[in-house]
Amino acid sequence: MEVLIILLISFLQIGLFSIGGGYATIPLIQEQVVNLHSWLSIQEFTDIITISQMTPGPLAVNTSTFVGIRIAGILGAVVATFGCVFSGFVISLILYRFFDKYRSAETVLNILKGLKSCSVGLIAASASTILMIAFFGTSTLDVAAFQWNLFAIGIFVTALILLRKLHLNPILVMILSGVAGYFIYA
Amino acid sequence: MKTEKKLSLYCWLFGVNFFISAFTFGGGYVVIPMIRKFFVQKKQLIREEEIMDMSAIAQSSPGAIAINLAVLAGYRVAGFVGAVISCVSAVLPPLIILSLISACYQIVRDNVVISAVLKGMEAGVAALIVDLVVDMCHMIIKDKDCFLTLLMPAAFLASFFFQVNVALIIGICVVLCVLNTWYKKRRKR
Repeated sequence: MEVLIILLISFLQIGLFSIGGGYATIPLIQEQVVNLHSWLSIQEFTDIITISQMTPGPLAVNTSTFVGIRIAGILGAVVATFGCVFSGFVISLILYRFFDKYRSAETVLNILKGLKSCSVGLIAASASTILMIAFFGTSTLDVAAFQWNLFAIGIFVTALILLRKLHLNPILVMILSGVAGYFIYA
Repeated sequence: MKTEKKLSLYCWLFGVNFFISAFTFGGGYVVIPMIRKFFVQKKQLIREEEIMDMSAIAQSSPGAIAINLAVLAGYRVAGFVGAVISCVSAVLPPLIILSLISACYQIVRDNVVISAVLKGMEAGVAALIVDLVVDMCHMIIKDKDCFLTLLMPAAFLASFFFQVNVALIIGICVVLCVLNTWYKKRRKR
């Protein structure tokens, strides 16, 4: 029981302080899971990041499930995952209602508009990182370290044409690029 | 009849969020085009501009963007119950998959076929997000507001080239918006 409470508190913190999502949350999760509670070794934690790239779902949720199940079985996984999504659930609903209610106030409306532009920029930044990893096998801007992957560029261009010109379902595009990956890389 | 309609809406919400979540490889942003496809284009439950509001809020709140966005879409369509249903159904696929993987994770990590499929999907994910970014840029530029248009490349540069913390970027953005509103008001007088 005590373990469950510690798990819950720890993942509540991870959920609460991980604004922006994605890889920005890695140091935060590492602090709690590896350094503070020693639930995972650093090697296991790196493995989870790799597995997270290969499986659906947010990194924080994946880690919470993985850690929870190791520490306290299925119940632990559920408790840790609950802790991890709770703050986002509550705060995003509060913000949504707030913006909805005060839409007529000029300042509030302008903040929402600004956040929208800002989030497009942030999404573009994240897209660039994914592109770099897919095309050049690195996320740093070091041209010397680039390993050009022409297959990935081919899949990317084809997928983009399917999406923009033929308006294909995104899930279908994902499945097709997975199939292409199997034939090219396996 | 009415409760029946509600129940079928709940079931649809559960199914669609479960499905979307099971296919969100490569980060939370992939959820945005998926939500748009199903909620805006297929069912017309949410308007196009609302998706951008929701994405901005989901991103500015703590926690995973994918989950937050699912919660907001569920709330918009079916109230608080909808939000809970969407949240649970979005969390279930990673919960189930990671539980299975934790049991045999050595095998998964070293599997050639799995990593080949995922390598292909990586490029597909990139295309999905680029497609989304292009559409979103168009919507912002359409408003012809210089300040809002410039915020996009500014946030991009800060995050991609200078690796500024996302929470800090969002904070600065809010401050700039408040200052901008104040400045506009003063100029009007």
